[in-house]
Amino acid sequence: MEDRPESQVVDSGLDETIKKLTPDQIERVVRHVMDNETSARLKVYVDTCVHCGLCSEACQTYISRDRDPWFSPVAKVKNSIWELIRRKGKVDGAFIRRMSRIVFTECAVCRRCSMYCPFGIDIAYLLLVGRRICSLLGVVPKYLQDTTNSHAATSNQMWVHQDEWIDTLQWQEEEAQFEIPSARIPLEKEGAEIMYSVIAPEPKILAQLLGNMSQIFTAAGADWTMPATDGWDNSNMAMYSGDFEVMGRVERLHWDTAARLKVKRIVMGECGHAFRGAVYDGPRWLGWQYPPIPMVHAIEYYYELLSTGKIKVKEKYKPHVTVQDPCNTVRGRGLGDKLRYVIDALCENFTDVSPNHEHNYCCMAGGGTINCGPPWKKSRMLSNRVKAEQLEATGAEIVITPCHNCHSGIEDVIGFYKLGMHVKFISEIMVEVMDVPENLKA
Amino acid sequence: MYEFSRGPLVWIAFVIFFGGSLYRLISMIINSKKEKVVHPYMSWKYGLRSILHWVVPMGTRNMRIQPVFTVLSFLFHAGLILTPLFVLGHVMLWKESWGISWWTFPETLSNMMTIMVVITGVIFVLRRIADPTVRYVSTFKEYLMLLVVLGPFITGLMAYYQLFDYRTIITIHMWTGAIWLIAIPLTWLSHMFYFPFTRAYMGSEFGFVRRARDW
Repeated sequence: MEDRPESQVVDSGLDETIKKLTPDQIERVVRHVMDNETSARLKVYVDTCVHCGLCSEACQTYISRDRDPWFSPVAKVKNSIWELIRRKGKVDGAFIRRMSRIVFTECAVCRRCSMYCPFGIDIAYLLLVGRRICSLLGVVPKYLQDTTNSHAATSNQMWVHQDEWIDTLQWQEEEAQFEIPSARIPLEKEGAEIMYSVIAPEPKILAQLLGNMSQIFTAAGADWTMPATDGWDNSNMAMYSGDFEVMGRVERLHWDTAARLKVKRIVMGECGHAFRGAVYDGPRWLGWQYPPIPMVHAIEYYYELLSTGKIKVKEKYKPHVTVQDPCNTVRGRGLGDKLRYVIDALCENFTDVSPNHEHNYCCMAGGGTINCGPPWKKSRMLSNRVKAEQLEATGAEIVITPCHNCHSGIEDVIGFYKLGMHVKFISEIMVEVMDVPENLKA
Repeated sequence: MYEFSRGPLVWIAFVIFFGGSLYRLISMIINSKKEKVVHPYMSWKYGLRSILHWVVPMGTRNMRIQPVFTVLSFLFHAGLILTPLFVLGHVMLWKESWGISWWTFPETLSNMMTIMVVITGVIFVLRRIADPTVRYVSTFKEYLMLLVVLGPFITGLMAYYQLFDYRTIITIHMWTGAIWLIAIPLTWLSHMFYFPFTRAYMGSEFGFVRRARDW
């Protein structure tokens, strides 16, 4: 059971860091987390679990790996938290390495299993406790830790400097003006109705998405702005690496920036984990019951634009499309119906996936798993054969993925399993099919 | 031995069962207040909605994709909870001892339900052994717990059919019953009283906070 290909993967974030651990240090960290950071939930969950295995059918890694017992959610808990509790933290570096591999690379904390447990045991939470312990011990996959380091140093995920940020926005403003001459990306507009925030991969590698949004906001006649300072990035990989101190700082800055700009609400781009970080995990760590300013996910905003007629469709998108329901906005916000409304409004030929909505299979890229980087890519792909089969069954050529992690994860799955499909964000389709009012074209 | 089992043993079992369960629940509530992220997000509406879906057979997708297990599990739990409360022999004892009584199941029904508990229980044991996923997370304790749960039902049947010496069997029956009650607050059998709370919390998280369904 222990000797599997994944245990051979080389990752200095695990291999080198465990060399520095002492048994004493491990025990102290485990005790600290068990005594000070966890309480009723951990205890009740561990006491309630009857080891029935009914969570297994929820997990894409388990189904994809021919129902290998190692990959069932309950087994992941067994090989991490249960063992730590049973041995009262008296484990060695090798155990921590294995646990780190399980909690970071073999589970995307998508919470589908939490939904399948008859008792409602939040299995994903238990694995996040494991991540917290690994983070405090410094045993985190190197690539993922790098994103957290970037958050700590720059407040964004991808080491984007302020001048690069502003420069990218101005460049994309010009790009948008090729399509709609009056398009703008208004920076630092105090009192605007909307602050638009994105995740750092947008300016870094997918800048055209910013240009798309400039066109959409302009066509819709929205009163919007983007910050020119740090706090523009709504992503939060520290939330997934277990570095909650950095997570809290990043979230606070994001909300502070919106407050400084005196906006009525934040609209965010097509990303799932950023929504989770900003709306649930961040505020809870900061001691706020709810976010201080309303936060609207892109799906919901597009729904608003289309259902109120602020954006009209000229001619629907022709290619055959299907969809990937992101965990953090569909299972995490119930936006499945609005997502389908948007797709139906924009596309002519849509085939839904099965299972769908809250029951959709995870992309196996979110939850920080894709951020664990190239060393773990093959393992991730083997863990999501079921996604390839599910998408293939739709016969579609385009997969709409309103989430960055889903987008990259599905792209990987398509390549690995040679599905010959393509992935698209909603905004990419919207700018293609929307009707731009004549007065804006001049 | 028989006298002790009929008297003090029952009291010891009830005190540990009720006292232990109460203690566990109270400490759960105190601890969950300390955790701060539990109580503010609890909702009666969504908590109850979730419980309702998960106590109705086939009320959730996970039940529907594993129909055989679902049917077995509901039969098992129904027999497990209802039979001890409504079997004629127990109600007569309560009437004799404490002067309280309520309605009873017809004997054939009690008998059938008891047999059902034993059969489904044995199937659960076999499932633990045969299904590699469940076997992987099963330790000696899991099998022992199933034995503890089935003990009173097996001995109850033996007493009903007057197998072996009745007095000996009925004494063993009382002991196994007492062990069963005592084990509830001390082991994962505590899911019996934790269930509504864990379920309601998850239901609230899903429905109230995340506006999504959890079934």
